[in-house]
Formats: sequence, structure tokens, C-alpha cells
Amino acid sequence: MKYVDEFRDPALARALLDRIAATVTRPWTVMEICGGQTHSIMRHGIDQLLPDELELVHGPGCPVCVTPLETIDRALAIAERPGVIMTSFGDMLRVPGSRDDLFRVKSRGGDVRMVDSPLKALEFARREPEHEVVFLAVGFETTAPGNAMALKQARAEGLTNFSEIVSHVLVPPAMEAILASPANRVQGFLAAGHVCTVMGWQEYEPLAEKYRVPIVPTGFEPVDILEGILKTVELLESGDPGVENRYLRAVKRQGNPAARAVVDEVYEVCDRKWRGIGTIPASGLGIRAEYADFDAEKKFAVADINTEEPAVCISGEILQGLKKPHECPAFGQECTPLNPLGATMVSSEGACAAYHKYARGNLL
Amino acid sequence: MSDRPDFEQMACPMPLLDHDTVQLAHGAGGRLSADLIDKLILPRFTSTELDRLEDQAVLDLPPGRVAFSTDTFVVSPVFFPGGDIGDLAVNGTVNDVAMSGAEPMALSVGFVLEEGLPLADFHRILCSMEAASRSAGVRVVTGDTKVVDRGSCDRIFINTSGVGVVPAGLDLGAARIAPGDAVVLSGTLADHGMAVMSVREGLSFQSSIASDTCALQGLVRAILDVCPQAKALRDPTRGGAATTLNEFAAAARVGIKIDEGALPVRDDVRGACEILGLDPLYVANEGKLVAVVPGAAADAVVTAMRQCPEGREAVVIGQVVADHPGCVTLRTGLGAERIVDMPVGEQLPRIC
Repeated sequence: MKYVDEFRDPALARALLDRIAATVTRPWTVMEICGGQTHSIMRHGIDQLLPDELELVHGPGCPVCVTPLETIDRALAIAERPGVIMTSFGDMLRVPGSRDDLFRVKSRGGDVRMVDSPLKALEFARREPEHEVVFLAVGFETTAPGNAMALKQARAEGLTNFSEIVSHVLVPPAMEAILASPANRVQGFLAAGHVCTVMGWQEYEPLAEKYRVPIVPTGFEPVDILEGILKTVELLESGDPGVENRYLRAVKRQGNPAARAVVDEVYEVCDRKWRGIGTIPASGLGIRAEYADFDAEKKFAVADINTEEPAVCISGEILQGLKKPHECPAFGQECTPLNPLGATMVSSEGACAAYHKYARGNLL
Repeated sequence: MSDRPDFEQMACPMPLLDHDTVQLAHGAGGRLSADLIDKLILPRFTSTELDRLEDQAVLDLPPGRVAFSTDTFVVSPVFFPGGDIGDLAVNGTVNDVAMSGAEPMALSVGFVLEEGLPLADFHRILCSMEAASRSAGVRVVTGDTKVVDRGSCDRIFINTSGVGVVPAGLDLGAARIAPGDAVVLSGTLADHGMAVMSVREGLSFQSSIASDTCALQGLVRAILDVCPQAKALRDPTRGGAATTLNEFAAAARVGIKIDEGALPVRDDVRGACEILGLDPLYVANEGKLVAVVPGAAADAVVTAMRQCPEGREAVVIGQVVADHPGCVTLRTGLGAERIVDMPVGEQLPRIC
């Protein structure tokens, strides 16, 4: 299949692996930011093929994982209301809040629908004007343009029965939080390729300079990931870190200006709580005052919700690259994809879920 | 016509053709029921047993052990590219019976119809059941129809049960699988699941993907003709091939190693899976089977399968091993090895 097979080519991958092995002279710890990259690394077994000196740790870039419990609980409370159609992406529906998930709300009679785009949720709003359609808008910079576009479109059409629960998060502040932590082990980053298609890489340049780390926008197929790793290792070994794009077919330095303009028009930067990590200043997007009518959290006043995570869960440390999933005593025991205790097990792209699916225990 | 039942018409039934949707009275056992059965259902399924219109079918089966299976079909939407709930209901049970090595002979059909279902839709479903049962060479010998209030089911549910007689000396079963056996797949993965997803509300996408729904008893015969010592056959429907392989590994306490490069997936299906973040190994098939046969017979089995239209793309996808009992592993395109786990629940399209 074009655009896939050439980036999974075993011969190309082997050549890149050989070059990585020939370049590495000492141990390095590299973090892949995006859950999609973690998933791909585990699915293709890339971690098994890298030289021992190179350790990959898994970053906070799974939007489903880091969506705070409070947001999910709020979505559940709104979804329970009569007349509401709650919509979101498939993997959000299974994410447990404090007591429930959206599938269970659906089983009790709530109208919860899976969509692959907020524009399809908008379609429900047009077709069913007697209902309030709410879209649970989570994700990084990648999904923000589509979610912003839905609100822009709703306002242009005068649709008053559409709103969003917005819990967008931004990558650079999370990277800075990791780098600024005294416990940080990460020496280089594979930046999330699809985030960079929207945002470009300019915003990573000050980070690379301040913390002297290589940051390499990287794609998701095996050859993409290996190219990203090779460039990161070259930058590390050269002692001259900086930002170098290796997702050449998709990412430009300035990103996608049209997409960024829509995001800027509808959303604004705000402080955001990350599940498993805590609040990071200026790390999220919220709805601008001009679009307040489309803010589901304002439209449906929901009482303050306070939540607590199980004490045994180490997902915060995993999301910051401090620990690996199998180092958690609960992993595969009381914490499984069926009964997740924390952020990184709840979504298929979370690091714990990826380990559980592809590399559980020491079977291999 | 209103969506609500017309009680006046129920009290004084009009001839069937005056209705264009299913009424509660169609399931009430009176004139309308008889009309529905006589005019719409029976003409599609002629068999000596059914034509007797008794409360049961009395079957003359050849001597031997009887394979008996039942399945209920609730697919939504009921019409999808490549098929509908009707041929799915026939082929699904035919295949479950056939996986024992038996020749499927007779089917029962139970309908649960939602009040308001367009009779034209029901007719279309019946026509595809007729075509599917003819093509599978299986007779519908008994049946039942119920109508439920609007909202109590999703348009139409169909239960089918089937029987067939297992040839003497044949004993297929997952427990017989042993290290050294080969795992053969009859063709491309994930066609049915992705075809249904392509027309599901909220997820729909344009594609030329069609369901693979078809009856597999001919393919089973071809396998057993060249390899009567075959160990196990199963059609990887819900949960996909990954689930079937895990069931085999667990039942026989063996390991199974498959090769990612050998797995056949159509390009358009692969593309749709990539976009939605789904793994074809976990997506449903309705016209494929997984055969576990002694390693030495694998080539002959594949050759025989490729002579059948349902097995043209048959291929060896892996081996049964003594290592990691109960566990399925996959050799990735890059040469690494990873687990192929049982799915946790339905695969959900990813956020990005």
C-alpha cells in the first residue's frame, strides 16, 4: 500500500538500525512524545531491535490518558441529562471517570454516540434540533483545528444546540515540565509528528536551546521512527543539540497557518490539569469568551467535582519518563485494560496499555 | 403512513399488500400473520419440511453424529456493502456447522421484527436469505416470526440454527492441535468488519470495501478431501483472527507463531484500518476460515483451497509451537516478535 509499505520496508529499517548502532557510543535516554509513536514502537517491536545503549521512554502524548478525571466526570454528568446527545471519538467512550464511563451511561439510556470527527457531531445538531449535541473535545494540537472548526461552523450556521467540553492540551509546556524536573532523565525527544504538522517546530527551538536537548519531529511508521531516532542520536553524539525535522513529508517549520488561525480564533491558552501529572501552567486550550455560548461546561452547570487517583498507580512517573510500565506492582495484576487504575492504562495508546497488549511479562 | 400502529387496521386487517410496514398484528398469529408467512416468507424457502406447516420439522438425517449450532444476528446497519443481515444469518450458521466437517443440511430461522420495519426491506432480506441458502445447498425447514413494539429491537434480529452430519471417522477440534502443525488462513482479513464500519453512522467513509460473507462448506470439503487428518477449523468472526488463534492456543495449551508479512489484507481495508487505528487481526470476517493442519500437509491444503473461489488467497500464516503455551506471537515485518493478545472489548477507532 502506497505511503505505508515504503515506510515499513524491512531493508530500509535494517539499514537505519545499523546506522544507529554505528553512531551510538554511550548510553542515551530518548523520549517519544506521542502515544501513537509508543504504539507503533511496541507493535513493530522496534524497542527490541535497538542497541542496548539506547533507552526509549514513553512520553505524555496520549490525549485520552492525560484527560483529567474531572473532565470525564463532567462529561458523564452532562451525558446523563435527558435530551443530550454526547459525542466523542471511540477511545474516549471507554475511559473510566471516578465511577463510570460513557458506555455505561449509554447502557442506562444516555444517548452517547461515537464519531470520527466533530463535524459529524455537528451533523447530528443540524438534523436533531430538539436535542443538545455535546462534543467531548480532547486531544493535543493535532485535533484542535477540527474541533475549533466545528464551533466556528456552528456559530456561522446559528446552531444553538451544539457545544463542546474542551480539554485540549499542548505539547511544549509538558516537555518543559519534564525537562525542568530535577528527576528528569530524558536527553532527547522525538517530537510528535502530527502535532508538528499543525504547529510546525518553531516553538521547540527555545526549548532545545534552553535545555540543550535535541528535538526531532518524527513520524509514526517504523522507518520514520528509526530516522527520528538516528537523527536524535547523531545530535546527542555531536554535542550540538537543536531542532531537526525528520518527518519531511508532512511537517513544515511554520506548520499549517490556516489550521493555527482557526485554533487561535476559537480557543485560547489556559492552565490545564493533566491526569497523572497535575496542573501545568499555560498547557491547555480553552474556549474564548466570544464562543462562550458553545462551552458545554457553562451551558450545563455541573457542580464542582473532586477526584482522587488510586495511590498505587505510578502513571505520573511513567508519563514523565521516570519509570516503565512493568516497574509498577499493579501492572497486569489489579491494573489491566479491562480495569485500568490510571491514566496510562486507560487508552490503547497509553504506555501501560501498549506494554500489556504487545509485551506483557517476560513471555518472549 | 404514521410510525404508530394503526389499531383500526389491526382490528380489521387489510390484505398484506395494503401495508408497507410491519404491524404488531403481523406477529399476533391471526390473518395478518398468515398473510406475512404465506405471501412473503414461504415463497422464499420451499422445502418439503417447511411446506407441511407443522409446529416442527421432522428430518431424515443420514446416520452419524449430528453437528448442531445456533447464532443470532443483530448487525447494524442491516444492509451493508456486500451483503445484509439475511445472507449473514444463513452463511454464519452454515459456516459454524461446516467447521465441524459436517455438511450443513437444514436450518431454522427465527425473526424478531420491529414494528414499522418496511416490508420492502424485509422482502429484500428474505430474498438474500433465499439466495444464500440455495447457494449453500441448505434447506430452511422450520421458522418463527415475532413482532415487537417499535424501539424494542433495531429493525430486525434473526436467529438461525443449523444441523449437519459429521462424516464417519472425522474428529475436528482445537484440543487436537499440536506443535508442528501449520496454521492456514483462507483469504484476506477484516473485509466484513470494515465494510460494516464504512456505513455505520458517525464513522462512515467512502470505500469500495465489501463484506466477505459467504458459505464455506465447499472449502471445508476441499480441505478434508486432501487432509482428513486436519486438526481444527474455525471461522474468525467477531474478534477476528487474533481471537480464533488465541482460542486455539488456549484450548490445546500450545504456542502459535504467526508472520505479519504473510497476513493477507486488501489495500483498501488496510488503508481504512490505518486511518481508524484498527488492527485487521481483530476485525470480524464472515467468509474466512482458519485451518490447523499437520505441517507436512500444509502445502497440499493450501493448493486445494486455492482451487475454491472462497479460498483463492489461502496462505500459511504461522506454525504451532511448544514454546509459550496459551500465547500467540507475531513476527513483525522488521523481524521483532510481539504478543497478539485476546482483544479486551470491541476495538474503538482512535482519536488521532
